[in-house]
Amino acid sequence: MLPDNKGYFGAYGGRFVPETLVPALDELAAAYEEAKVDVSFWAEFDSLSHNYSGRPTPLYLAERLSRHCGGAQIFLKREDLAHTGAHKINNALGQGLLAQRMGKHRIIAETGAGQHGVAAAAVCAMLGLECIIYMGEEDIRRQSLNVFRMKLMGAEVRPVSTGSRTLKDAINEAIRDWVTNVRNSYYLLGSVVGPYPYPSMVRDFQSVIGKETKAQILARCNRLPDYIIACVGGGSNAIGIFYPFLNDENVRLIGVEAAGKGLKTDKHAAPLAAGTIGVLHGAKSYLLQDSSGQIKETHSISAGLDYPGVGPEHSYLKDTGRANYVATDDQEALEGFQLLCSTEGIVPALEPAHAIFYAAKMASSLEKEQIIVVNLSGRGDKDLDIAIEALGLKQ
Amino acid sequence: MTRISSVFQPGHTALITYITVGYPNIEATLKVVPLLADNGCDIVELGIPFSDPLADGVTIQKASFYALKNGVTTKMCLEISKELSQKVKIPLVFMTYFNPVFCYGLEDFCTACSKSGINGLIIPDLPPDEGSQLEAISRRQGLDLIYLLAPTSTEDRIRLVAERSSGFIYLVSVTGVTGARDGLPSDLDKFVAKVRRAATQPLCVGFGISTPEHASQLAKIADGVIVGSRVIQLMEIDDDFTSVVNFVKELRHALDKSR
Repeated sequence: MLPDNKGYFGAYGGRFVPETLVPALDELAAAYEEAKVDVSFWAEFDSLSHNYSGRPTPLYLAERLSRHCGGAQIFLKREDLAHTGAHKINNALGQGLLAQRMGKHRIIAETGAGQHGVAAAAVCAMLGLECIIYMGEEDIRRQSLNVFRMKLMGAEVRPVSTGSRTLKDAINEAIRDWVTNVRNSYYLLGSVVGPYPYPSMVRDFQSVIGKETKAQILARCNRLPDYIIACVGGGSNAIGIFYPFLNDENVRLIGVEAAGKGLKTDKHAAPLAAGTIGVLHGAKSYLLQDSSGQIKETHSISAGLDYPGVGPEHSYLKDTGRANYVATDDQEALEGFQLLCSTEGIVPALEPAHAIFYAAKMASSLEKEQIIVVNLSGRGDKDLDIAIEALGLKQ
Repeated sequence: MTRISSVFQPGHTALITYITVGYPNIEATLKVVPLLADNGCDIVELGIPFSDPLADGVTIQKASFYALKNGVTTKMCLEISKELSQKVKIPLVFMTYFNPVFCYGLEDFCTACSKSGINGLIIPDLPPDEGSQLEAISRRQGLDLIYLLAPTSTEDRIRLVAERSSGFIYLVSVTGVTGARDGLPSDLDKFVAKVRRAATQPLCVGFGISTPEHASQLAKIADGVIVGSRVIQLMEIDDDFTSVVNFVKELRHALDKSR
């Protein structure tokens, strides 16, 4: 069972954090271990997942998209239909309940695209917890709708003006807040990154996606899919759908990173496809760094993938070959975005649009009996301004 | 006894200052370190800048940012320390985050440090739980690996650091990041006393120490004080570092008077 007791997935993971946070992480890990075996904790999680988040989300056979591609059948796991519009609610709910159980009423979170921020703000409003969200200025600019949603739900959004002013810097600032207010605050990290126990805890809360997918595809097709495809920024939606299939060796798992303006340029966000091993935000994993170990600035059209690191379990899955990681660039993601809009009447977020593009391309080379499941991790309302501009549709 | 531990003598409170290598520029680093040494500093921490300094407050974040903009690399920091170690007699330690060290290669980095006159390492995001490998390598190269303790550290963690830290133990005065602060936390003496019961190493207090008054208070309970952000702020004031030199003299005086 991974991670091991020090939080390692093979060579990746661990806990590279200031001493101040080590006791807090110990406390968190102990509280989570206790909650994990508490039936009442999961009963509450399941009940709220159903009644608040709207789970289970559908597994939808995208027939027109499949026909358009002329090959495999493409199913979409509709996380875009979950409350607040993305899979992020699963983790926010789980950790929100854990924070409440630990008696911590001040919640800190970071957000890139704003989807985790919105999910955290929603859960905090629902549970009556104070919520402070760090968000890079660049992301505030490009995801203004989500900023407004967070504020409406009572969260305080604190702009981060350091570094590249995106997700990486928002995490730095959230960690600084946590170091300062560690005794009364809970850090609700939004992806499978960071020090142990976050990568495994967030995975556990997100694995509801894969569990449902497995039951749904078996009920419908009486067999498992041939491919599961998901976009990877930090990697929480991907791990969420991959994890329950890890032992099903015939199911091929594909993570799609953001190639931005191309892997040959400096403007991408694909550490698994083009990075090296290092330590960022408390964990050892693949990341984008220069020859001196300075973290590189990244670029992706989608704020949610615009991150130089990746969850340590993905690094492990890459090295073992259990999952394959590829990358799709900005233009291709926009094609995927438009394709799903026009064939299915579904507006995807730009993050899963990367996975849609890759799935569509792949489907055309496969047989009709073959099954691809794409994790449609979020809806695209938040991205309309960016898409309109990038596609030159401004009136 | 290592060069670092020999600094700690009965009746003397060590003064340790931090600067970011290459901030505001490389010439400044080469010029200011001998001034620090000549005016009462016992150890200088040379900060290798890192792009994501998550244990640092705004002053050192800014210094790191501009140092990197100035093109500072780990290799350059090693060259600068080599030059400085020939100019000053006091021990020099590197303070940086784990990734630049990991990226350089632990073995290569420690070998290079040792050849460049570095006597110890402080790596705030490397707790002893993750430090075994670097500890073994640094020991072979005669470098002290200095671990940190925080006000949140439990008895178990205090014992762990007391078993593993070499040179001294770095006590983080507050739950928080680096940066000049007005006052010291009221329970600091209890924290120092708690660590003192478990550890035989010298205890040095840092984070937020920014006035001679702070130094006086600490001289009564600690074996050393560490001042960083305030030094960097003062370096920005004048090119000949008069402000820094005066500040260091005041700190030295405050420490000596209070013993």
